[in-house]
Amino acid sequence: MAATGTPAVDGWFTTGPQPALLGSRCTTCGTVFFPRAAGFCRNPACAGEEFEETELSRRGTVWSYTDAQYQPPPPYVPRTDPYEPFALAAVELPEGLVVLGQVADGYGVADLRVGAEVELVVETLYADEAGERTTWRWKPVAEMGEEADQ
Amino acid sequence: MSGSKDVAVLGVGMHPWGKWGRPFVEYGVHAARAALADSGVDWRDVDLVVGGETVRNGYGGYVAGATFAQALGWNGARVATSYAACATGAQALDTARARILAGMCEVALVVGADTTPQGFLAPNAGERWDDPDWLRFRLLGMTNPAYFALYARRRMDLYGATPEDFARVKVKNARHGLENPHARYRKEVTVEDVLTSAVVSDPLHLLDICATSDGAAAVVLTSTDYARRRGVSSPVRINAISTVTPTFPNTVLDMPNLSTDSSLVAGAPERTFKESIGQAAYEEAGIDPADVDLAEVYDLSTALELDWMEDLQLCKRGEAEALLRAGETAIGGRIPVNPSGGLACFGEAVPAQALAQVCEVAWQLRGQAGGRQVESARVGITANQGLFGHGSSVLLSI
Repeated sequence: MAATGTPAVDGWFTTGPQPALLGSRCTTCGTVFFPRAAGFCRNPACAGEEFEETELSRRGTVWSYTDAQYQPPPPYVPRTDPYEPFALAAVELPEGLVVLGQVADGYGVADLRVGAEVELVVETLYADEAGERTTWRWKPVAEMGEEADQ
Repeated sequence: MSGSKDVAVLGVGMHPWGKWGRPFVEYGVHAARAALADSGVDWRDVDLVVGGETVRNGYGGYVAGATFAQALGWNGARVATSYAACATGAQALDTARARILAGMCEVALVVGADTTPQGFLAPNAGERWDDPDWLRFRLLGMTNPAYFALYARRRMDLYGATPEDFARVKVKNARHGLENPHARYRKEVTVEDVLTSAVVSDPLHLLDICATSDGAAAVVLTSTDYARRRGVSSPVRINAISTVTPTFPNTVLDMPNLSTDSSLVAGAPERTFKESIGQAAYEEAGIDPADVDLAEVYDLSTALELDWMEDLQLCKRGEAEALLRAGETAIGGRIPVNPSGGLACFGEAVPAQALAQVCEVAWQLRGQAGGRQVESARVGITANQGLFGHGSSVLLSI
């Protein structure tokens, strides 16, 4: 289910039913960067200076994972009081890079393993005076037979 | 062992690690005076001072070299200041080495000192939407221990490591540190102590993760000619200092980044960043990993010590746990790791830590490490990695 609210950071991901991270592709060498690149291509073999926006794959495999059992310090904005721990995953995408993200609500380290498939979702990160702020998260993809409705 | 690019470690000194809460300059001067006394060199004969910068202590910290020089009493020496995150001390040492080898100075004093805040290391204040070190907290709540936990978890899922293995690293290092008068924590720890301490970031417990500490370390570095003229014919020598940056694409997720480079177009490099740090030191020195007698590595977490053993080619990938379990990385084993007690017993004092590693190796090679002495040690290596593509490895021999 897509979250309502505005992204906590501008231009890093799309919202809607099929949300995706927004990266940059160097128009000279084709290397993809996330977060988006600007100015000069960081591939040392490339002199490129132009980039086009590209949506990254919505699915990837878990490179590693952990959780935050203590409340992180500012500028982290806690969503609940008292604090509730959340999980984090680093996910390898078909574009050849690993992207960190929190893990979707309702999932913890017990639901993850290195190499498992996850999918990008957009959920609420925190709320401030302007309303709910959303972010990208990684959600475990249910394996065959795990969910009765599949 | 000797080579034309060697420099001599004539003196080393430290201020004990702790949470003393005093100005970092005080610790730095204490360590500097200890290193000078150890070397027998008069402060007025030092012709270069290099300071390891600390970023949390205001003006004096940003110009560390001059701050220490003034506190020791202006002596007209040239001055330099380095900042390279956890590799700061090694970069400062490399600056001194380069000027010595270029014939531009003969006697250098290298000093690193820090006074640290309590708790998690957090980014500087203010909204900084273009700074990954700020964004990782705001968008992810990603603390340093969470990065360490990602690496630890990979060892579990890929190589079968267990939380007990990680605890064994702590137990070993705690035992080593008992014999180190400069260590902050000098207390035996059991596997059960580690496993019953709170989980900070799964699978790492509180006792798997190093603290932050106040401390200072200093090295008197000279040309081998100068050492010989002073009657020191076989000093501890620095054979190599590696401060290489990563090679694109950097495919291992590094603190404080939110992502890695993509390897799809450029292809993954032959070695990861951490592997390349040690390899560059071995190549520069012409020393084989099999010749290393002891290693001081950056155990920001227990599990990271195991990663470093493999990154430094002390064993094959995935085999560090087997060496640990067999006791081979303890003093008396085949390749003692962190005989000083490591960060587990020290806690991290960033600009001093890489120098502290060098101090320990120097004492070991001179046979002056007391109850934690590694027998007949001839070659020692240090390694660390920090933020923003910084890392270092120093190879020493006698």
